[in-house]
Amino acid sequence: MTLRKPCTIKDVHTGWCQGCGHGIVVRCIAEAAEQLGVSDRIVAVMDVACGAFIESTVTYNYLGAAHGRPIIAAAGVKRVLKDDVVIAHAGDGSAYAIGIESTIHAALRNENILALVVNNCVFGMTGGQMSPTSIIGQRTTSSPSGRSAVRDGSPFDVVKTLRHFDIAYLSRGSVDSPQEVERTQSMIKKALQKQLDKEGFCLVEVLSPCPTNWGTTPLNSLKKLREEIKPLFPVGEYIDKGGQPV
Amino acid sequence: MAKVLMKGNEALAESAMRAGCRFFSGYPITPQSEILEYMSWRMPEYNGECIQTESEVAGINMLFGAAAAGARALTTSSGPGFSLKQEGISYLAADDIPAVIVDVMRIGSGLGDVFQGQGDYWQLTRGGGHGDYRTVVFAPAGVQENADIAYAAFDVAEKYRHPVIIASDAAIGQMAEAVELPERKEHDIGTGGWELKSRKNGEEQRHIVNVYYHMGADRYPTFLLDKYRRMTAEQQRWECLRTADAEIILVAYGISSRVCKQAVKDGRAEGLKLGLIRPITLWPFPSRAFEKSGPQVKGFLSVEMNILGQMTDDIILATGGRYPVKYYGEFANVPDAGVCVERAEAFLREIRGKI
Repeated sequence: MTLRKPCTIKDVHTGWCQGCGHGIVVRCIAEAAEQLGVSDRIVAVMDVACGAFIESTVTYNYLGAAHGRPIIAAAGVKRVLKDDVVIAHAGDGSAYAIGIESTIHAALRNENILALVVNNCVFGMTGGQMSPTSIIGQRTTSSPSGRSAVRDGSPFDVVKTLRHFDIAYLSRGSVDSPQEVERTQSMIKKALQKQLDKEGFCLVEVLSPCPTNWGTTPLNSLKKLREEIKPLFPVGEYIDKGGQPV
Repeated sequence: MAKVLMKGNEALAESAMRAGCRFFSGYPITPQSEILEYMSWRMPEYNGECIQTESEVAGINMLFGAAAAGARALTTSSGPGFSLKQEGISYLAADDIPAVIVDVMRIGSGLGDVFQGQGDYWQLTRGGGHGDYRTVVFAPAGVQENADIAYAAFDVAEKYRHPVIIASDAAIGQMAEAVELPERKEHDIGTGGWELKSRKNGEEQRHIVNVYYHMGADRYPTFLLDKYRRMTAEQQRWECLRTADAEIILVAYGISSRVCKQAVKDGRAEGLKLGLIRPITLWPFPSRAFEKSGPQVKGFLSVEMNILGQMTDDIILATGGRYPVKYYGEFANVPDAGVCVERAEAFLREIRGKI
């Protein structure tokens, strides 16, 4: 077996910390697009923060949206560039905290885009504060005694929120093993195919480790992801409509 | 072309589409909801996109995407909703993305009320969002000008690659007048050479982000200063009425200026030499109109629909502090021509008393 760099990935050093999952997700997007033959049709809309490091890594064109706005901005892009493949790249803070309004309403309108949400249960770039998906007991710089359900509410689960929406696709993948990475890549590929088929809104969440802000090593963060995060946020496909074109 | 009777809000919407606007995203708020309503049935006839978004924040950020992709894009709101759009306007300015935003002004802070107002002047002219920017701000004074300015605003936005704001008010938006609409034209979205699109073989990569990231801290200040210098030099627009021999010059824009035209006439019938400077752009403020003020001018009276007299700052700046400046501010009502004359008369007496 030969591994090959996808054509939309640059051969450069990235800005991500050791053990971060963002780079794997970007490779998954690049591979999925290449397999579908749409590498020259991608338009990405980035958030700020860690996800924005994608900018130095990819060869395709992109727009830098305000924090929390890549999904709604991507919907605007897609309404104009109907033949392009539009991907909104967000994190859990972007899609589920400041941008939750647009995540839900983009789903409600079944906007024909892929919302890709890298969920690492923490605000990474700003130094590791609690996010909507931080798990109960998770110590962060803004929940030093651990997240409390009473004080902070229960962790946000996008599947519970969107699973009865009339959207094209909803799934959750992970990057904690080669098998999971492959599965995540096939989820992204399926979502992009749905966009090409004009099925509508696709959201793929990808569980990703953040050793820096989880205060542990890259190896241990994978263990934590497997043992503590995945049981709360099970991976799988939750909506696969094969629905009608919009 | 024959004139038609239209509401100000609807004339603005129709004219924007005739200018090639093919994307609209907005949210209902009185007194601008007619723009959204009109767009909702009319835009499909132009093969464009009209989306009622979940909020004004979503409206401006969806426009951000559409405008980045090169579409002539419009979003509209009023007071409270216009405040919510400031995030996106700051990003449009920072990223060099042309777009048109309309504020159909209502009165007051917070919720205020739905009546006509001009209390957003400071927010409009000082850059309402965070950071180091301003936008060209047009202030139409009637339904015809709503149509004319909506038609021209996209060209101005694209000329500078910068957001442009049109500030009308509840009176102009709601009233119906005869209007001659411009010819329909199409806008080719791919011709600027900068627009977001997918990258084909052999093309340079395009990334639309803060211009500062492209230029770096060394080149960015020169670029930005030059952009604002050009806008200031090229975009000042105003109308003068009988200022050549006027002793008191009224300064008013929008619906207030319509009243002031009557006041000039009424005042002169009583022997009071009144004139009017009507800013058509609020930023850049038409300072050049004030530079021509002759030695007979005794003072400037700003007539506005707000309590704090927001435009007086700019009149003082434009005249270099060489003249007394006062204001007559109305709240919830359109200014009264009779009161304009009374205030001007009292102002003149006061100035003469001091001499």
